[in-house]
Parts: sequence; structure tokens; C-alpha cells
Amino acid sequence: MAGKTVRRLLQGNEACAEGALYAGCNFFGGYPITPSTEIAETLSRELPKRGGKWIQMEDEIASIASIVGASIAGAKALTATSGPGLSLKQEVLGYACLTEIPCVLINVMRGGPSTGYPTGPSQADIMQAKWGTHGDHPVITLTPSTVPEIFTETIRAFNLAEKYRTPVFVFYDEILGHMREAVELPEQGVIEVVDRAKPEGKPEDYNPYDTSYEVAPLAPFGKGRRFHITGLNHNDDGFPTNDSTKIDEGNRRIMAKIDNNVSDIESTEEYLMDDAEVIVFAFGSTARSARFAVNRAREKGIKAGLFRPITMWPFPEKALKKAADKAKSIIVPEMNLGQTILEVERVTGHGTIVGLQRVDGEPIHPTEIIELIEKHS
Amino acid sequence: MSTDAKPAKKQKLSVPFDYSKYLRKDKLPHIWCPGCGHGIILKALLRAVDKVGLEKDDICMVSGIGCSSRTPGYVDFNTLHTLHGRAPSFATGIKLTNPELNVIVTTGDGDALAIGGNHFIHTCRRNIDMTILVYSNAIYGMTGGQFSPTTPIGSFTHTSSYGAMEPPFDTCEMAKAAGATFVARATSYHVQDLEKTLKAAIEHKGTSVVEILDECPVYFGRLNKMRSASQMMEKIEKEGTVSVKQAENLSPEEIGGRLLRGILHHDTETAEYCDQYAALTERAQGK
Amino acid sequence: MTEAAKKLPRIEINAKFCKGCSICVDFCPTNVLEIRGTIVAVKDLEACTRCQLCDLRCPDFAIQVFD
Repeated sequence: MAGKTVRRLLQGNEACAEGALYAGCNFFGGYPITPSTEIAETLSRELPKRGGKWIQMEDEIASIASIVGASIAGAKALTATSGPGLSLKQEVLGYACLTEIPCVLINVMRGGPSTGYPTGPSQADIMQAKWGTHGDHPVITLTPSTVPEIFTETIRAFNLAEKYRTPVFVFYDEILGHMREAVELPEQGVIEVVDRAKPEGKPEDYNPYDTSYEVAPLAPFGKGRRFHITGLNHNDDGFPTNDSTKIDEGNRRIMAKIDNNVSDIESTEEYLMDDAEVIVFAFGSTARSARFAVNRAREKGIKAGLFRPITMWPFPEKALKKAADKAKSIIVPEMNLGQTILEVERVTGHGTIVGLQRVDGEPIHPTEIIELIEKHS
Repeated sequence: MSTDAKPAKKQKLSVPFDYSKYLRKDKLPHIWCPGCGHGIILKALLRAVDKVGLEKDDICMVSGIGCSSRTPGYVDFNTLHTLHGRAPSFATGIKLTNPELNVIVTTGDGDALAIGGNHFIHTCRRNIDMTILVYSNAIYGMTGGQFSPTTPIGSFTHTSSYGAMEPPFDTCEMAKAAGATFVARATSYHVQDLEKTLKAAIEHKGTSVVEILDECPVYFGRLNKMRSASQMMEKIEKEGTVSVKQAENLSPEEIGGRLLRGILHHDTETAEYCDQYAALTERAQGK
Repeated sequence: MTEAAKKLPRIEINAKFCKGCSICVDFCPTNVLEIRGTIVAVKDLEACTRCQLCDLRCPDFAIQVFD
């Protein structure tokens, strides 16, 4: 199968576009924003060639609204943005969560808050992924740390979106968006591609929120099943309800479909963790510095290991708790003022958790991490 | 109360229009207040859809938030109730994905022109094939009667207790300037014209905008000394408008502050967005 | 039955849907209708010309005129 694998030198954002195409993305709605624009640019060239649809909308809100509309009409749809755009898109993300419309959002993180530092990296949107839109809502966020992984995680994002009927985010920082690495692009069929479940039975019996399923099949508009979708709390048939039992049921169900499938969604890398006494918890480009630091520490005889969440949300609670139980200390470097460290504290309850934070638009250097590993070994 | 001067001449209407085939009957009666013109618009729309001969499976109705945006819930089409002001953007995604669908957006003056103003003008600019009905009652009804972008200066609402201060938009002029290729104004009083206008709007390929002046007796009427829906229809819709045809023989002074009613702009030359995209696709594929 | 009686139309009113807004009453060209209590009622069927304006302007799917 791997015979036709193509090896290409790609920028992170280009690898993202390739991943989307591999996953069957056939609609992109976007708005130009640094440092994600290359995703839109690449797809503006590639999608029309393959019969896909591409549109530049009038603003960030419209771009995500367009992809949710496209998905309702049956497309596999993508948008890409950065922090300021992510803030604007929150309204529609909540809509997609409640109405259970699959779609994928890429956020190439830059310095914030506000316009911040558009050309510098950041990891400060991690909590916004989870808490950005109002109300309780499910969140899946994937955080690749290499260019090849951006390719595969973008495919996985589409698969999870289709499988669980929910928006899925891929978050990586500006460094990864713009760095180039060799990526193996396998031929179609090598990596699994998931399409949403198709409804069966008579059209008139179709309920878009049929609670006899964990995730009800979603029919496309215009193919013979006429139904209603609303951002109001709704019944199984999609129409608004004031029934407190149904409101409660619906709000819990959209969370439960993710919570009950954490093992399917979760993905972590544990590097040199078997005997690790000092754990570095890191993701994205920071995990690259952390890996380097762990290797150096090992050379010096320190039992250091890297715990890397590839799925950030839902948070890898069990795996991290298990790993942390044996550790002397946990180092949490991140390009923000302490976001994922809150989760590490909450989940592990460990006595020695040390943060390393940078918000100056510069990456965290391995030497900074090595210093902390040595200090807390 | 004056009456319509011309009852329909033909008195042999065998059966009245059967709305039920297009309705989700179990959702009726609708939520709109007594005398609200939205129901009149809905009915005219269903008659227009029937005259055009569209299949229910082929119609997609999209709305935002507000009273007018409750329309899709009552009709047996593919229906989407979205977010405040965003309906045209959702609709754009749907239409571009499946150009075979006949997309109808139902929106209000606040939804389309305030919070959704940007989406509205850019949808017009693209000239993507959809019909946008702006139910224009000059007030936010769902939230209890606040002034909107079409509230006339001096009108009283719950947020303009001393008279509205801001000048209103001319919805049709804006749609035309933004690039919509079919622009019309109708009223819920002139029901037969309304039906014909909606039919023409649906049949037009490109972005069609129809502003429909209708009445909110519960908020706008009550706060502005118009005590009934009929009084509002009489004063705002009948006396406040003049048909394009009538206007041809009137001087600007004679027209005065009255709004023009009828098809105001109809451009059949400009290419439609999905057609243009199909051509772009062919270029990209080297055909 | 007289010839005239045969030609009388039938006006169907849906009492569940009528909200008593009075639009049909106010704009009926021949003054056929009235508000009785809280909803519309037929006052003078013989005057009905079957013009259908009551139906066309009814916001509530509450009135229709049959031959």
C-alpha cells in the first residue's frame, strides 16, 4: 500500500491543507488572518481542481457560518483562523455544538490578547478552546507538534467530527504553521477516513436528534429528508422545546457523547516515561524543546520523560494521573501565563508542579527546560 | 376604516389556496402576535412557491433570530433557524454546496440590517442565487419593542422614549448599491402584489431582496398611537407607499415621503455566483 | 332552495387559530365580517363576493372562503 507514498517538504499550514484534502474536505470557508492564511491559499488552488468549494467570506463569523451551512448540505467543511478570529467565531461554534454539525476549525496560535503579536507563536488559546463559547458544550481539540503530525491530526479531526457530529479543533502555534518538514503523504486508503453515518428508514420517520443513538445520523439538506435545525434547545425532531426534561437531556447528551468515548478520542505520546522521575508536560512546538531537554537530561543521568497530549481536550486525565503518580516533579512549559498547568494541577494533585511560561513571542528554549529539570530532579 | 376599493373582479374562485400541503400543521397556531403581518407574508410566500412549482425537497429556508426568523419552523421544507444576523452566511454555505437547492432567507430589519448588515451586503455583492425576504416592521419585536435600523425618526419604542433619533436605512437602495440583482418592496397590505413580487423574486437567478413592510401592532403600533393592525396597514403600508407605476406620473413633491413599492431593480445580465464558481472550477481543471 | 341561496359561499373560520386581530373585518370590501367576542364571525354572508381578501390578509390561517 505504501508504494505510492509521496514525500514532500511542506510547511505546517500546507500539511494541514493536505490533511484536509486527504480526509475528503470539499468545502472551505475562510477569512484572511496571519498566521493561518497559507491554509486558505493552498485550498483556494487545490479545492476547485478536485471539484470542491472554496469561499472567502466577509468576516470570521460568516466564514464559520458558511462551513456549518455547507456541512448541513452534506459537505466536509473546514475553516482556519488565529486568535482574533477564534474569538469572533465562538458564537457559531456554540451553534455547531448544540445543533451537532460536524466541522473542523484550525487555529494557528499567535500572541494575544487582542491583535497582539500576529507573527509570533503562542499557546494562549488553549483555554478558549474549552471555554470560549457560552454555555456548557463539548470540545475536542487536537494539538500536533510536528508538520507530519499536523497532516495526520487534521485527518483525525475530520474523522472525529464526522463520527461524533461535533466541531473539532486543531490548535498549533505559529512556529509549526510556518516551519517546514518532510511529510509522507500516503495514497488514499492507507489512513482511515470516516464519513458520517447515513440515516436509514423512511424519510418521514427521520429524527435528526434521535436519542436511540448515541450519535444520531445526520441527513444532508435537499436529499429527501426534510427536517428542522435550530440553535434553541430542541426535541429529537429538531424543533424547539421548553420541556425541562428534554432540555436537560439534550445538554447532557452532547457532553456525554464525548465523555463516554474519551478512550477513542484521546491520544498522547509518552517519551522515556517508563522510569521517569521528572515529567515534562508539553504540547505543540514547546514539546519539541521539551523532547530535546529530556534527551539532554538523560545524557546527564537524570530520569526525565516527556508527556505530550496530542488530544488536549478532552484532557488526558487517566493517562497523566497514572504517569504522575510515580514522578518526583512535573514541569509544565507553555507559551502562555499558565493555562494547561491548571489542568495538570487539577488532575494530578501533585505536590511539585513547576510552570515555565513565556508570552514574549519567542519560543521556549530547551535550556530553560533543562534548568528546571535539573533543579527539580 | 376605508376598504380596498377593488374587490377581485372574478368571483368564481372555486377553492381557496390549500396551505396545508406546505405547512407543518402540528406547529400551528404560530407564535406571532394578533395582527402581526408576518403570517400574511408567510401565506403569500407559500402561494408564490406553489405558483413557481417548486418541490418541497428542493427548498431550503434559512433564518436568523427574531420574530421573522421563526418562519422556517412552520414550513415543510429543509429548514434552518440560525443565529442573529448570520442567516445569509449559513445560506451561502448551503447554496454553494448544493446549488440545486432553492434557498430562501427570512429575516427582519434588525436581523438583516443591524447585526447582520455585513453579511447582508456581501451576500448581495456576490449575487449568489437566493431570495432574501426582509420582514420590515421597524422594531425589534422578540425582545419587546426596541428601535431598529428602519425605525423612522421620531418614532417611539421602548428604547426611544423621546423619539427615535437615528436616520433609518433605505433597505432597497442599500441592497441595490451592494449588488443585489433583484430588489423589490412590497407590503402585507397589498397582498396580491406581494405574492407576485415574491414569485418573481424566487424565479430570479441571483440575489433577490424583497423588503416587505409589515406591522407590529403590539409594540410599534401601541407606542405610536396606531391602535390596530389595520390602522397600521392603512397608514404605513397603504398611505405610506406608492407603486412604481403610479410614481411614473408623479413629481418628487407629489411622492413626498412615500416609499416606492414594486420591483425597483431587476438585472438579468450579471452572472450568478454559483455559475461563476462552476466556470472557475472548469478553469482550474483545465477544461 | 332558491337560486340565490345556492350561490352563497361558505366561509370557514378556524376558531383555534383566529387571534381576533380584526384585519379581515376591517378590510372586507362588503362588510361581511365582524368580531364577536374575541374572534371573527360572519355577519352578512349574502354580501360576500368571494374576493378572498379576508383569507389573503389573514395572518393566522384562520379564515377561508369556499364556493
